[in-house]
Amino acid sequence: MDADTDHSPGGGNAESNGIRDASALGDASAGAETGAPGNDKSNDGGNDKSNDGDYVIDVSGLTKSFGGKVVVNGLSMRVKRGEIYGFLGPNGSGKTTFIRMLCGLLKPDSGSGTCLGLDVLTQADEIKPHVGYMAQRFSLYEDLTVRENLDFTARMYGLPNRAEAVDACLARMGMNRFENQLAGSLSGGWKQRLALSSCTLHGPKLLLLDEPTAGVDPGARRDFWDEVHKLASQGVTALISTHYMDEAERCHRLAYIAYGDLLAQDTLEGIVDHAGLTTWSVSGPNLPELAERLRPLPGVDQVVAFGNTLHVSGQDKHLLDATLSPFLLANGQDWKLIRTSLEEVFIHLMRGQQARQNGQAAKGGGQP
Amino acid sequence: MRSGMTSGMNASNMFCFRRFAAMVYKEFIQMRRDRVTFAMMIGIPLMQLILFGYAINSDPRHLPTAVLSADNSPFARSIVAGMQTSSYFDVTGHLASRADADSALKEGRVQFVLTIPEDFSRRLLRGEQPVLLLEADATDPAATSGALAAMREVVSQVLVRDLPASAGYAPTPPPVTLRVHAEYNPEAVTQYNIVPGLMGVILTLTLTMITSLAITRERERGTMENLLSTPVRPLEVMLGKIIPYILVGYIQMTLIILAAKFLFGVPLRGSIVAVFVLSLVFIAANLSVGVTLSTIAKNQLQAVQMSVFFFLPSLLLSGFMFPFRGMPGWAQTIGSVLPLTHYLRLVRGILLKGNGPLESLTNVWPIALFLLAVISIGMRRYRRTLD
Repeated sequence: MDADTDHSPGGGNAESNGIRDASALGDASAGAETGAPGNDKSNDGGNDKSNDGDYVIDVSGLTKSFGGKVVVNGLSMRVKRGEIYGFLGPNGSGKTTFIRMLCGLLKPDSGSGTCLGLDVLTQADEIKPHVGYMAQRFSLYEDLTVRENLDFTARMYGLPNRAEAVDACLARMGMNRFENQLAGSLSGGWKQRLALSSCTLHGPKLLLLDEPTAGVDPGARRDFWDEVHKLASQGVTALISTHYMDEAERCHRLAYIAYGDLLAQDTLEGIVDHAGLTTWSVSGPNLPELAERLRPLPGVDQVVAFGNTLHVSGQDKHLLDATLSPFLLANGQDWKLIRTSLEEVFIHLMRGQQARQNGQAAKGGGQP
Repeated sequence: MRSGMTSGMNASNMFCFRRFAAMVYKEFIQMRRDRVTFAMMIGIPLMQLILFGYAINSDPRHLPTAVLSADNSPFARSIVAGMQTSSYFDVTGHLASRADADSALKEGRVQFVLTIPEDFSRRLLRGEQPVLLLEADATDPAATSGALAAMREVVSQVLVRDLPASAGYAPTPPPVTLRVHAEYNPEAVTQYNIVPGLMGVILTLTLTMITSLAITRERERGTMENLLSTPVRPLEVMLGKIIPYILVGYIQMTLIILAAKFLFGVPLRGSIVAVFVLSLVFIAANLSVGVTLSTIAKNQLQAVQMSVFFFLPSLLLSGFMFPFRGMPGWAQTIGSVLPLTHYLRLVRGILLKGNGPLESLTNVWPIALFLLAVISIGMRRYRRTLD
């Protein structure tokens, strides 16, 4: 619990935290950032494989406030070349703000770091030509055709053989038949595909994709991810924010941010192991009643319905097992110990952070 | 009222006061939240009330008048004094030469020039009906008509009082021939004044509104975010946005000038080229207002509303709708800040008076000053990044 309590006053002295992280961005501080109790193993694993200088994103202590509210709180992150880095967190947790700081749309209040080896604070203009940014909302011109939009983007980045680049892009993304259609008249999936085409047109080394697949059907999402993996295999790095757990599982590494604080940063397995949750799955009759009975019991942190099963998880394995033991013997219900899913881990992390912030707010005079 | 299901069913079919009240309540909440609309609802009636109630005077008085007198007789002096007391004329100075008189009128420094000939009093006493010449800058007929009517009154009254022979009888032939020259628009055709003025009004309205919309639209639709993530520089965005609208401005000008000539038969005395060249400053000034408004407005509706806030005073206080010199001092002060005021003088000067570029410069620098001031505000407000 040391790491937790260490981190809890973070809102008050965010910058000093950030600077500390910057000076020793290693296992100890990364451990503190994850906010998980005494388990630094997974972070060791993450950092050991890396060698310095190959980081496409290497920032520490990035902080941004709007009107006195800290939106991103001393965030440190390292992303290696060719990595697909998933960026998760509840709505309003600062993901968009962080991404905007990386691509030069926002200036950080404090912190330091590099993006593609260029300083994020002073060299935004040099960074922009090598970054493809896809905003959360469709942000191309709805009153221009597909081709006109791509052509405009190509001009903005000063591509030499514009027409050829656009042709190649249209062909590659299978958008030839839409080329003369107004962007505004495309369906959600095709709009997203156009946006991806537009932000990859200039051959960026880094893609910053802000919830690129929100509101897109599974087929289009799969195509999208195939495309991203193809680009990653060519050495393009991608930082992708998402709310979908299945998408998170398609990333090489993940970061979880809640209410401005980075809570975890690791591989999928690392994050799940790190959280130390135990999860039981139960199937059988009367599950809704069972859920109500289980929720208030000691050691039960989450009870979630998944179709015809309930997932019951808790952090203290012994306490959870002890609590559940009478239920395991009950008739007609089938209990199984299963692997904890990412969603449970994230809910767990988010609640922990909320509790910490509420505690802090209560101490700090009830400020929300 | 019955209870339970029945009343519920009734409510869904018939006009339900509660739903209606909820709707009204919601509208009021939204109205209060939308500050700009609220300001507009309160501000525009107030503005109109003040402008129409106090600022606008269609019978302007205290019009600047210069005297070119070669006769320093008591008669001449009492005519000038009579003009002054009529309150229509403010005699601001005496001119030395004919050339001075011409340039004072042309540049619009005075509205009237009164010329008193050399042998005025001698001929008056001899009963030779000497000529008094009152030249008026009549580009805006509304501004001068009241004063011209008053002048005849002034002359006859002053002379009836002062002439020795006048005791007891009014001379059937008037002792003085008052000759009035309504310069620049002798037939007092309102269109001659309105049409060139309309050019300024249309440019102000459309250019301010269109530019403020064009930039706000990028932000509202989210395309600004995408644009700013590319290597494009703010100046490139600004100029790229503005240039097409300068062209639009010139197309509008061309149409209006063609209409002025062929539809309304406005005599175009000055150089059209000069109008086009000097208009650039005015067009730029309006575009800079549009750009600056767009840095403040949060959405397109607000942009339109803010443009109206700029347009309305321009329309009413520039001298387009009502004679500038008919407005009280504070209104004239506000009016002299607005580019349209100076542009109206510039365009009327060139088109109706035949002013050359040099005479026009007095009306160009206030617009240029306005442009610089607004651009510096706009550039400060325009944020490169989204925060």
